[in-house]
Amino acid sequence: MKHAVRRSSSNTSRHLIIGLTAVSLIVGACAPAPAAPAPTTAPAASQASSASIKYTGTDPDKFSALLTTENTQVPAELQRLASTSCASENAALPLAIQQTPGAQIQQQIQLLASQNSLPVMFNPTQALIVKDGALQKAGYILDIKQALGDQGVSDQMLPGAQAVIDQLYPGVSPTIPFQYNIEGIFYNKKMFKEQGIEVPQTWDQLVASANKLKSAGIQPFTAGGKSGWPVSRWIGAYIFRSLGGDAMAAVANKTAKLTDPGYVAGAQAIQDLGKAGLFPVGVASEDLPTAYNDLVTGKAAMEYQGTWLLSNINDPKQNTVGLDQVGLMQIPVVSGGKGDSGAWPTNVGSPHAINAKLYGPKVGAWLKCIALNYADSLMTNQTAYSGFKASHPPVLAAPTPGTAPPPVPPLTTDVANYMASAKSSVLWFEALSPSAKFTADAGANSLLLLNGSMTPLEYMTALQNDLDNPS
Amino acid sequence: MNQVLGDKRAILILLGPALLMYSVIMVIPVVWSFGFALFRGNLIEGFTFVGLANFARLIQDEQVGSAVRFTLLYTVVISTGQILLGYSLALLYTFVLRRSSSLIRTLVFFPVVLPSVAVGLLFSRLFAVAPNTGPVESLLTLFGVAPFDFFAGAGTAFWVIVVMDLWRSMGFYGVLLFSGLVDIPGEILEAARIDGARGWRLIRSVVLPLSLPILVSSIIFSLNASLKVFDTIVALTNGGPGSQTTPITLLMFQTSFFYSSFGYGSSMAILISVMCLTVTAFIFKYSRRDLTVAEAA
Repeated sequence: MKHAVRRSSSNTSRHLIIGLTAVSLIVGACAPAPAAPAPTTAPAASQASSASIKYTGTDPDKFSALLTTENTQVPAELQRLASTSCASENAALPLAIQQTPGAQIQQQIQLLASQNSLPVMFNPTQALIVKDGALQKAGYILDIKQALGDQGVSDQMLPGAQAVIDQLYPGVSPTIPFQYNIEGIFYNKKMFKEQGIEVPQTWDQLVASANKLKSAGIQPFTAGGKSGWPVSRWIGAYIFRSLGGDAMAAVANKTAKLTDPGYVAGAQAIQDLGKAGLFPVGVASEDLPTAYNDLVTGKAAMEYQGTWLLSNINDPKQNTVGLDQVGLMQIPVVSGGKGDSGAWPTNVGSPHAINAKLYGPKVGAWLKCIALNYADSLMTNQTAYSGFKASHPPVLAAPTPGTAPPPVPPLTTDVANYMASAKSSVLWFEALSPSAKFTADAGANSLLLLNGSMTPLEYMTALQNDLDNPS
Repeated sequence: MNQVLGDKRAILILLGPALLMYSVIMVIPVVWSFGFALFRGNLIEGFTFVGLANFARLIQDEQVGSAVRFTLLYTVVISTGQILLGYSLALLYTFVLRRSSSLIRTLVFFPVVLPSVAVGLLFSRLFAVAPNTGPVESLLTLFGVAPFDFFAGAGTAFWVIVVMDLWRSMGFYGVLLFSGLVDIPGEILEAARIDGARGWRLIRSVVLPLSLPILVSSIIFSLNASLKVFDTIVALTNGGPGSQTTPITLLMFQTSFFYSSFGYGSSMAILISVMCLTVTAFIFKYSRRDLTVAEAA
């Protein structure tokens, strides 16, 4: 018989539990700030009257945000908005950002939630904010789609971004789409041209191109293997092309298993790339900046990445191969595969939730201001895309006040076109997993798969085991 | 003295604070941890009693089995290395360097005072192939060895950990065992020499038996520290590649604090405690054997 320990105990006893848990386990064993675009106002017709807005909480005294240290883009833009477009909202509710390493933030979020002390905005894991997630059930997560609608700015959300959120979080809309990225293979156009390589359309052509580059003494692929996911994304990319865009959804709803032959074949395809020596010798030790650097300095020809990389690629100080020499190609089709060749893996960045218990008029005003101004500020200053509507065409920040803004880099324009013309989207390998352990193991074990220490079946069996035994 | 120790209030005043402190920071958390092992849940939704389910999962969990096997292998290799190197250093200090051993002792002891994380980062740079090639890799390349990543293979990563931990800790065991050797009366050694004992015979028949108490203490220190290894491995490999250098302590930490499975993590904490207690009890049992009685029998 199971006995539930009710959460009705006082905060004091909860603090005691938390403290003792930690102790017992241990004992027992900016870029410069250029001018941002002028504040945008919502069309009068879409302005909602404040009386009709349903606020789910009470405003705190600060617009507090607990974000990961690795998250550099969002804090920089929020701070910029606080001093420009959202200055009045900031005067009413000052922005206060606190950052903590990603490895520790979930523990901190759970601790704060248990003490009813969560800040206004925070970076939770996906598992906590899905419809049946612990924070959802505890009433902490504001429905962003509903809130933007109430604020009269629902038309600011890009339909594509909302579609991704709907796939990731069926039935709820718990995250602000601070990013809107498509993923694919960035490649060095000059190297391809010199070697007489056309952009590969099939997986076999991709492998042949990589082998040709290797024979010419060029490192074909680079990846920030130390983070794990830059390698495991390759596995997902193959599976989505071979089995179709709903391949991982089938695993999530238990109509398929990762140990089924089609999924194992995905792992096998990536192991084959590793065995052929197409990744660097030290891929397991390469961090993300090193991998970016390999691509934009001409040390490697290709890297699987997302368009968040645009800010690096468009920076002439980092990119020595030329702003017009880096291209983005789709994941090639797999012969006989069921995948939609026009579908790009798409994401909306890491989850950014708003505390529903602190959602009052001032937080609402901040949310509305973000929806109206974030996209332009991000494009202007970091040449990146968010899930909100931006002015078209994008305008970049002038290097010095009074001078003309630089032209929009060609890849940024290409990405905008890809996004506009995308027929459909797919998620990514780990996207629908409810388990943090699955994500961690998918990344960490992918390096063993790549160097042959783990067979494709062993890799998929370990991941299926994580799915079968959730924490 | 008898008067003081016969007074219950005096005993309470003398022992009370220490006992209270010990109970608060040791006994209660251990009992609490055991309690947590019977529950499943998280801090937000609360905890549900699941009986021994966490222990049943522990037995079946292949990752736990792998972590325990790694921990035991690490313990055997590291403890053997620490005691052999430490004892060799102690003999060197005592019988070869003698009074001039101070400088060498200080130099060999120096890594002990370095923060473990700093040592881990130092060795990760020494053996790195990316993002920058480290000295070891450069040296191997000079001898025509093709570049490879020490941290990409379980075997090579394990031996880097072994080299690092032995370098970091052998000075401590050298000094600890040296303190035992200097306590051996000079007259006994002199008498043994007069009787013709030299070299290995002197060590085996005289020095080793007389330094047995400190040797046993060192073995217990070493085994327990090795079974609970955590910080150096986190700093050097973070348990990778994959989870192939993940000791049970790191798996417990990840399970509890990354994956928020406090109950399951607590069951791992209990497993670690049982492993440490078993090893300690085993050593105590065999080190307290009365040699005189054994010989008489």
